[in-house]
Amino acid sequence: MVFLLQKTLVYAAPLLIVALAGMFAERSGVINLALEGEMVFGAFIGAIFAQTFVNAGIFTDNVQLMFLVVLLISGVSAAVFSLLLSLSAVTLKADQTIGGTALNMLAPAVMNAFALSLFNSEKIQMPANFAGYVIKNPDLPAFVQIFGDKAYLSTYVIVILFVVLSVWIYKTRTGLRMRSCGEHPQAAASVGINVFKMRYLGTTISGFLAGIGGYAYIATIADGTAESSVGGMGFLALAIMIFGNWKPLGIALGAVLFGFLKCIGPVSSSIDFLSKMKLPMYFYNIIPYVVVLVVLALTAKKSGVPKAEGIPYDKGMR
Amino acid sequence: MSNIFKKQGFKSVCASILCILCGLIIGFVVMVILSLVNDSLTVSDAFHGLTILLGGPFSSGTAQYVVTNLGDMIFYATPLIMTGVSVAIAYKTGLFNIGAAGQFLMGTMGSLLVALNINTTGKPGLGILVWVLALIVGALFGMIWGAIPGLFKAFFNVNEVIVCIMTNWIAANVVTWVFSSMPQIINTGSGKSGYLITTSVTGNGTPKIGLDKLFSGSYLDLGIIIAVAIAIMIYIMLTKTTFGYELRACGANKYGARYAGMNEKRNIVLSMAIAGGLAAVGGAIYYLNPGIEFKFSSAYQKLPDYGFNGIPAALLGSSNPIAVIFVSLFIRYLSIGGDNLSSAGFNKYIADVIIALIIYFAGFSRLFGDLLSRKKKKAAVTAAPAAPGAIAAAVSVVRPEIMGDKDTPAEKLKEPEKASDSVSEVLKEPENPETDGKEAEE
Repeated sequence: MVFLLQKTLVYAAPLLIVALAGMFAERSGVINLALEGEMVFGAFIGAIFAQTFVNAGIFTDNVQLMFLVVLLISGVSAAVFSLLLSLSAVTLKADQTIGGTALNMLAPAVMNAFALSLFNSEKIQMPANFAGYVIKNPDLPAFVQIFGDKAYLSTYVIVILFVVLSVWIYKTRTGLRMRSCGEHPQAAASVGINVFKMRYLGTTISGFLAGIGGYAYIATIADGTAESSVGGMGFLALAIMIFGNWKPLGIALGAVLFGFLKCIGPVSSSIDFLSKMKLPMYFYNIIPYVVVLVVLALTAKKSGVPKAEGIPYDKGMR
Repeated sequence: MSNIFKKQGFKSVCASILCILCGLIIGFVVMVILSLVNDSLTVSDAFHGLTILLGGPFSSGTAQYVVTNLGDMIFYATPLIMTGVSVAIAYKTGLFNIGAAGQFLMGTMGSLLVALNINTTGKPGLGILVWVLALIVGALFGMIWGAIPGLFKAFFNVNEVIVCIMTNWIAANVVTWVFSSMPQIINTGSGKSGYLITTSVTGNGTPKIGLDKLFSGSYLDLGIIIAVAIAIMIYIMLTKTTFGYELRACGANKYGARYAGMNEKRNIVLSMAIAGGLAAVGGAIYYLNPGIEFKFSSAYQKLPDYGFNGIPAALLGSSNPIAVIFVSLFIRYLSIGGDNLSSAGFNKYIADVIIALIIYFAGFSRLFGDLLSRKKKKAAVTAAPAAPGAIAAAVSVVRPEIMGDKDTPAEKLKEPEKASDSVSEVLKEPENPETDGKEAEE
């Protein structure tokens, strides 16, 4: 059971932060379909830096510090990448779905093109002892083990970021202004809020978080292999965001629920009554998706979709 | 009237060409950068690379390779056309079909279950019957699969994007699950693992109708003709029939459509079912080809690219089924050019970069269009369909708190507004829904 919950945390962490990334963009009024691409971009740049650090001997005496630095680099690079989306969606008022789709294609294409001609490989495999970063504390009592043993630093970073930013968007003036741009930008503008600036802020924070989520994904779930895909995690996070009704608490619930259901399969062989049933792996793989659909069908009558989401801001419109 | 038609069509073609040029220029810059950072390449290689890329299949070397690659270009464009049209028709109804990957897989499963389990070797007439049956079963599987997001959207008010993403992964797992329990159709030949047998073994492959002689060595078959015919049919259905008009009306403003007496729930479900069927036919046509093998063992790990590439094909073609045909061919043209790039020392992903850039620029094609003709039509375009939305928006201004979570009319009008924009911009038709209506009635 402890092992199941540990795995759940590892799996839920990237989902949590990337879903929050989606929420930030959409609450400011921009549909961020490019989460997947931003994750790939951040993860890849992060992986390149991690490898460079290892080769150059920087930070090698403190692996956890290096992990933090790389996480930050991933976030910043993805934030810069997301400026492309802001440019098209906010400044040039282009269709946001098109911009997002283009970025989703662009990130893996650029990364593959450069990785192939620089490293002669489409994958970047980080050295095993640096990829792990696992914190091991097997002596802790069972309950604390869930959080303290076989955990990753990224999980803690993500949880802290999640809490801080959730409070920020609800309790600060800037957060309120940003949300107002997602609901009614013209009304926000009428009281002197710079809608463009707020939307840029929203999408950039979104890109930063997606980059962190991307690196957390390849460092933990993908065992340190950076590829041109993050296994559909970006789209999944988008789904979790909708599931969470564009609210942090709902997102947290959705991510943990999904992570938990997703991890039942891999650990089912060690759970007595499940291993007796001998269900195929595919059955366990399907469970989380079906459960999410059922929950949605029962609860989704009321939707918290930001009202101005997806509509380019036009000063002249009422 | 026809004058405006031509003008707008011309404008959008010019804008598209501008998008393509911008994409190519930046793609070229990427190649120059690559040639600068990589010691084994020089800047002149970048120029060489650009000519190869622009040559597409024609830069494949000998005449034989050119012919084969030309045929393959058309063959690989076939599923792209189908998934592109699938995304396009959903887009016209105001839905975003991101589930084409799952529908594609369901179509593959349905058709292969029929075509691989019935052996008709030596009976060509029967083979064609089974092939038709396989195609229909595949389409039905996809229609049912596509109807699920539609039903969720219409009756539970669940965002179709989330249902599509979920059903994608469910489909991926179901496909692997079903096929792994059917040892009789798994290819156990030497060096093969995780592949199904092909339709050439059971004799139910897609007829080649002489296209294999025209483009010798390629996979090309009857599928492309079916795909083009279906795309044209969908175009006619969308623009010339009452049903198509209803679908577009639902996309433009579902409240307006309901007010006019249309059943918008039925239209949402039907639109998604048709979209699902189209994506499924793409999968069926692709894998019913006697030469294409389906790797079922890894299907549950990665969704097929064809499903997602339908989105750019539809967007670049402005959701016009006819345009989607040409866009798909163009995308494959560039991709084949990309495959040939290795002779210049670059890798095939350069083509993907350029395609992605072209789509990125397609986002501002309206901006390009405005630059081309300095007419200030834009105000009129956005004002007319958005009027009901504006009223509702005005209502929500009155409310004291701006970001409450209450269900207001403004919220629901948000989607139609967006969709109406694309309908009007895209079809190169008169923007005003009223005049549109008159046309449909005639």
